[in-house]
Amino acid sequence: MLIKKPADIRPSEITSKENYLNRRDFIRAGSIAGASVLAGPALAAIVPDGDRAKLSDVSKSNFSTDETPNSYEDITTYNNYYEFGTGKDDPYQNAQNFEARPWSITVDGHAEKTGTFHFEDFIKPFDLEERIYRMRCVEAWSMVIPWVGIPLADVVKHYQPTSKAKYVAFETLHDTVRMPGQRRRVLQWPYREGLTIAEASNPLSILAVGVYGESLPNQNGAPIRLVVPWKYGFKGIKGIVRISFTEKRPPVSWNISAPHEYGFYANVNPEVNHPRWSQARERRIGSGLFAEKQPTLMFNGYGEQVAHLYDGLNLRKNY
Amino acid sequence: MNTVQQIRFIWKPIVFLLCLAPAALVVGDAFGITGQLSANPVEDIQDRYGNWAIRFIMITLSITPLRRITGWNWLLRFSRMFGLFTFFYALMHFLTWLLLDQRLLMSAIIEDIVERPFITIGFTALLLLTAMAVTSTNSTRRRMGRTWKMLHYSVYAVGILGVWHYWWQVKKDTSDAWVYAVILALLLGYRLWREKTRNRA
Repeated sequence: MLIKKPADIRPSEITSKENYLNRRDFIRAGSIAGASVLAGPALAAIVPDGDRAKLSDVSKSNFSTDETPNSYEDITTYNNYYEFGTGKDDPYQNAQNFEARPWSITVDGHAEKTGTFHFEDFIKPFDLEERIYRMRCVEAWSMVIPWVGIPLADVVKHYQPTSKAKYVAFETLHDTVRMPGQRRRVLQWPYREGLTIAEASNPLSILAVGVYGESLPNQNGAPIRLVVPWKYGFKGIKGIVRISFTEKRPPVSWNISAPHEYGFYANVNPEVNHPRWSQARERRIGSGLFAEKQPTLMFNGYGEQVAHLYDGLNLRKNY
Repeated sequence: MNTVQQIRFIWKPIVFLLCLAPAALVVGDAFGITGQLSANPVEDIQDRYGNWAIRFIMITLSITPLRRITGWNWLLRFSRMFGLFTFFYALMHFLTWLLLDQRLLMSAIIEDIVERPFITIGFTALLLLTAMAVTSTNSTRRRMGRTWKMLHYSVYAVGILGVWHYWWQVKKDTSDAWVYAVILALLLGYRLWREKTRNRA
């Protein structure tokens, strides 16, 4: 039996892989040329306003996986973003008219530099990098996503956290008019997430502002979201408006909602099951109706970069 | 044609085809004819069959109250068909899980049934439905006598187990599960209430 899935997005709407790769070569060539002229200073990160705006000056990264990324369609129509509804296609359906500009981000807490910044000014000091990461959802499915983002470690350093800063806390916009899903108290709003300062400073952590070389779609967390690929997807807080350096561990949304099911760390761990389902294997989105599930890897396969962060920590207790 | 014949030769085939439509749509979507499945097609198929199993148990359980309230005794002629469709959708839901999701991986299947309470509950409901389905013919019913009635009372248990199974697997948003729970409470509550008032009289 042959089961074929037709594309419901016109092919012309999708950047072909070939074009996309060519463009990356072009950008890479361009940035090398640019670097030789400018003698290597950082290029300002710019994300033009508008739907699917092309991003330029995006450098590649050794942290990228060479696995084939999921289609643009999969990445942008199958989402968990309860601010726009709890169904998988609700974010795609309900976030279309969301205006992600103007947008401002407040940085506060234990840091030398604090304040409220326009999104454009907030990202400007940093470099745009492409990071093709695996994404493992706590619901036991996974994707490969070519993010474009700025290294979170650079952001942390930029604001000069004081010695009191042990954690970095994040908050999503709270606006029941623009985010209709917040009219129902499925979760405590606004959505909150947090990392230890060491996790936030890990080179894998990024604040994503784009996907597939274009600005981030609303349903994926426009204009800026967290991506921490060794943790379950729900740690990747979307639509960030506040970043706080805190001394105490910040409360995080899913842990508030169901503490026995979701912990603060939420590291991908095939040995620690969700109380209601197994985490040993995962279904790769886009692999088709008859594909086998694949084994889930410890730290989602990023152990080499992050395992040392948890030395001596009981991961069964600190799930 | 008298009423009984009309029901048998006209209405029953029509209702039968209507009951089959949700399954036909799943297959149509899988082939990209009527629409298409989500980015997670296995989950999509499993959820849709499961949802229809719950809907059909509600429909089956509403026959008696509806008949009592309206006096439309012909409704009884459809109760077996609805019961069998409940079994059919529950079975398809189970087979999707068994063949497409777990791909017959025995260790994972046994772990799920034994260690995950919501799957244990769903599996129990399916066993009860199977027992009712295989004893649903007129001749078996005659042969079993009182035992048949006792066995088929488990349709109430299936309703409760089904909603429980659904409720427990939802990650967070239980609003749909609530709707089914309320409908089930009304359908079972009606029977208790009627039993009570009848005993008093």
